[in-house]
Amino acid sequence: MAYDKFKILSSSAVPVNIDNVDTDQIIPARFLKATERKGFGDNLFRDWRFNSDGSKIDSFPLNNKNYKGKILVAGKNFGCGSSREHAVWAIYDYGFRAVVSSFFADIFKNNCLNIGVLPVQVSDSFLLDIFSEIDNDPNSIFEVNLVDQVFQIKDSHKKEKFKISVYKKSNMSNGFDDIDYLLNKKEEISTFANKDRY
Amino acid sequence: MSNTLFDKVWDKHVIEKIDDGPDVLFIDKHFIHEVTSPVAFVGLKDRGLKVMYPERTFATADHNTPTINQHLPIKDMLSAVQVKTLEKNCNEHGIEFWGLGHKKNGIVHVIGPENGITHPGLTIVCGDSHTSTHGAFGAIAFGIGTSEVEMVLACQSIMQQKPMKMRINVDGKLSANVTPKDVAIYIISKLSSSGATGYFVEYSGNVFNEMSMEGRMTVCNLSIEMGARGGMIAPDKKTFDYMKGREFAPKDKEWEKAVSYWSTLKSDEDALFDKEYHFKGEEIEPMITYGTNPGMAIPISKSIPKAKESDSKSSYKKALDYMDFNEGDKMIGKKIDYVFLGSCTNGRIEDFRTFASVIKGKRKSENIDAWLVPGSHKVLKSIKDEGIFDILTESGFKLREPGCSACLAMNDDKIPKGKYAVSTTNRNFEGRQGPGARTLLASPLVAAATAIKGEITDPREII
Ligand code: SF4
Repeated sequence: MAYDKFKILSSSAVPVNIDNVDTDQIIPARFLKATERKGFGDNLFRDWRFNSDGSKIDSFPLNNKNYKGKILVAGKNFGCGSSREHAVWAIYDYGFRAVVSSFFADIFKNNCLNIGVLPVQVSDSFLLDIFSEIDNDPNSIFEVNLVDQVFQIKDSHKKEKFKISVYKKSNMSNGFDDIDYLLNKKEEISTFANKDRY
Repeated sequence: MSNTLFDKVWDKHVIEKIDDGPDVLFIDKHFIHEVTSPVAFVGLKDRGLKVMYPERTFATADHNTPTINQHLPIKDMLSAVQVKTLEKNCNEHGIEFWGLGHKKNGIVHVIGPENGITHPGLTIVCGDSHTSTHGAFGAIAFGIGTSEVEMVLACQSIMQQKPMKMRINVDGKLSANVTPKDVAIYIISKLSSSGATGYFVEYSGNVFNEMSMEGRMTVCNLSIEMGARGGMIAPDKKTFDYMKGREFAPKDKEWEKAVSYWSTLKSDEDALFDKEYHFKGEEIEPMITYGTNPGMAIPISKSIPKAKESDSKSSYKKALDYMDFNEGDKMIGKKIDYVFLGSCTNGRIEDFRTFASVIKGKRKSENIDAWLVPGSHKVLKSIKDEGIFDILTESGFKLREPGCSACLAMNDDKIPKGKYAVSTTNRNFEGRQGPGARTLLASPLVAAATAIKGEITDPREII
């Protein structure tokens, strides 16, 4: 599915300073029953955000009015566990366009890139800087620059380069997805399919 | 040039290499289920596309389905709609669909191998991370997201960066009552739940050579729990014997030809891996988890360790708080409320045989609720044919109908808040088996011993 083009994003950020956040926390399995991609944002981090009676858990950052913005900053090994793309749909639907961590699980990262959420991998020490910047001032602005592949803490001018393949970068900045690419290859694919590979 | 098993299979499926980008990889077989496929079909419809090779995709209903009274309409409206939607999509696109009650229905990673769909040397994907199970046959098998499911339906291909290669060797002899599940959990506890992220793993060494196909599937299944994209084991005579005669396995002349190709699928002697580990079989004990990721595991006879240097103190504490455990607690003797036998990790016939061998002639503890869920209808049939059903019943156990069940608790099989479950599944994440549920992962042997005593029990004590 095509998504918005991504070039430069300036925004404050929401911190979830927990390591090994798995996709069952991002979106619990019982909310995967939809047959359309709609409304997943309401259940993002459901069991960390809400008590079982539906009341808000005040200590969770998403419930803290001081934190807002289009960037989610999370502890290392973010998105481990299940391959459910619903986790990224929930993040996107909630309004995030970039996720920052010092380490991402593989399938999660692919899923992000496939639907237009930019995964920004930074060093462990820079991640700590980002968390303490938000701690000091929840309104701090960060810039994700996909063109130059740089993530910057605006006020302090601290910045770090991040990696993305040339192909994925061009997809993200143009709002293309892999199917657009593959559809142009159908002839080669069918030749390949008919080959005897034993 | 010498190649690894992984290289040999991967390179044979590359249609195009993109500079500083992914490979275009041809996919041989594709499994779908009701939860991660509907949005992919919506995508096809929006683009006006057909499924390119419907005969390469197989569909089952498993994640969201009830495990009692499957002959009745599904009560949960949303689940019912999801399963109906899958059936409709399959009919529309000419895809084989094995719905509830069908004799080939079951958990997606159980039915692939047992029907002979999983072969060595193939690329296999499914919108489910435990697709790694099929690697036990020497296939490259991995989980994908829904956008990728759409790609495979539309183009029978996917765009993937080639992962790095890791080899994990376990040599020596396993002690009695140490199962493939313990081997896998042991490895994860050593590497951590992210220790193999970015890698595809090959398991090698005589511990795996001597393992049954079911055991190899359990090990490969759990590869994802250390972050690996998948795991694989070179095919051998045991692989071929397991496959021979199964419905979708090659026949006659085709079979001969296939076996001679499959026999070439092993890593060359001087093949290079990006990372390699060596473990000794003798050092592995029955394992159990105490925290909220599968890497937080210890030998069952040990006490809960202090946080490691590498652990973030707050995340470690959060995990123990969730479990209501303390550093230094002994695992043995902790009171347990639920025992769950099942899932694509340990829901195959061998797991039921193992479980039955322990409980035979004993009684289920009064304070345990035991949920025994076969991985498929074929497994269920074997349980009955082999007399295991009678052993279970005589000991006070009941059997449910096949499905994923409390492995992810999408249906009604939810462990209640605050309760402890010894579970043969693959994930002990917070709330995985129901909101507030506390999961301890272990082997079918530990599960059986615990079901008898009502508390965490070392199987070596009662066998
Ligand atoms: S049994 Fe559990 S892990 Fe396996 S496919 Fe079902 S939900 Fe996924």
